[in-house]
Amino acid sequence: MITEPFTAGNSVIHSVDPRMKIVFAVMLSCVVAVANSLLTLSAGLATGLMLIVLARLDGRAVLKRLAVVFGFMALIWVVLPVTYPGPAIIALGPLQISQPGVVLCLKITLKSIAILSILIALVATTTLSTIGSALHRLGVPGKLVYLLVMTYRYIFVIENEYQRLMRAARIRGFHPGTNIHSYKTFAYLTGMIFIRASARAENVYRAMLCRGFKGQFHTLGPVAPYTQNRAFTVLTTAALIVILGLEIWNRISL
Amino acid sequence: MEQNQPIISLQGIYYSYPGRRTILKDLGLDIFKGDRIGLVAPNGSGKTTLFHIIMGLLRPSAGKVNIFGKERQTEQDFMDVRRRIGLLFQDADDQLFSPTVLEDVAFGPLNLGKSKEEAVAISRKTLEFLGLDDFEDRITYKLSGGEKRLVSLATVLAMEPEVLLLDEPGNALDSGMKSKLINVLNNLNITYVLISHEFDFFSETTDRIFSMEDGKLLQDDEVYIHTHRHSHKVGKQPHKH
Repeated sequence: MITEPFTAGNSVIHSVDPRMKIVFAVMLSCVVAVANSLLTLSAGLATGLMLIVLARLDGRAVLKRLAVVFGFMALIWVVLPVTYPGPAIIALGPLQISQPGVVLCLKITLKSIAILSILIALVATTTLSTIGSALHRLGVPGKLVYLLVMTYRYIFVIENEYQRLMRAARIRGFHPGTNIHSYKTFAYLTGMIFIRASARAENVYRAMLCRGFKGQFHTLGPVAPYTQNRAFTVLTTAALIVILGLEIWNRISL
Repeated sequence: MEQNQPIISLQGIYYSYPGRRTILKDLGLDIFKGDRIGLVAPNGSGKTTLFHIIMGLLRPSAGKVNIFGKERQTEQDFMDVRRRIGLLFQDADDQLFSPTVLEDVAFGPLNLGKSKEEAVAISRKTLEFLGLDDFEDRITYKLSGGEKRLVSLATVLAMEPEVLLLDEPGNALDSGMKSKLINVLNNLNITYVLISHEFDFFSETTDRIFSMEDGKLLQDDEVYIHTHRHSHKVGKQPHKH
């Protein structure tokens, strides 16, 4: 099940118009993604962490989210330093830890954690429905927005249907194994989920027609008053300028 | 419209799903203003199909559909019908697709061209009428089965329909939720047809019971509410049927 643990709260970040959060999240992550110097990336990470602190998120829950990339990072740290060409810092027998390799690992790590924490602080603090309506008001076509929102809505129904089918198979003694019978059963299960999903889609569409749907989606406007827009804009713009400035200065001075 | 003219009138309706036997055969149905009709028939006898034909979601292969004194044939005709007749689907998950309850209830009114403020006001009023005041920010997929049922009723009622078609509304409701639903139906004061398999539910909510057989509709006589003696376990405890 997907949960939205960060959406509850009344911090500064939670009281910012979701449109702004999305726009700044996109700008900040783009800048950090193309940045190259360690200094800029550290500034990006600092911004991300500052935003998380401002959102008053539970540190442990944030770490759990970040854990997704930690595994990936570990792999990079194991492979890159010994395979990347360049002058060695230490030689461990036949293995040479290359200095550019370590720097590259550090950059990748900083970059991913920075972007992820920016997204956690700005995007994960907004419910998907609010993100949907914010995207719509930012000019994203209604059909795309509803594709996103409805996919999210029906993932749970489809997951339930999968669980039901799986239970039905299990109570009749089905144990998945490496054999044709198991593959066939999973193929049937998958097929059945697709059929049910399409039948569901048809019913949902009918229910929408019954409620006067004419192909035009209307979204309800902002619900909560967003009181911290100005402070947020000043702060994130400042962060953006610092990061950009550092990067540009760094490239010029090279 | 004359008072004694049916508001929904079907004549000689035939319908069959591809590759299956004809499910509706020469079906006729008249519904008058103020009718509170219960529809009981075995599974697969075409009750839901009948509702979908009234809403124009399915088109009969033969027969006339006359609703609110006008013959209905095209999609355009049925758009007007759908505005004035509300259909409660059998599965509430089909009906609730917006993330939050308020947005889902407001979907219908917004489609009818109401402003956001009006739509929100109507939705709040409807939720309040159903005793769901504090539900507006709840997430639809996290509601319980009974709550989903009541919220989907709210989404239909927010359209302010003249007629309600309810497809097994009492399904999967516990006794508390069911009595709440019965209460709501009795306070609504509009024409409705409801499908159910429970006669106890009918006796509290409907005046007439129709049935279906061989693709035709059987209009029974008026329902008489009666009591009968019977025995079952813990029958000495005060209870309701």
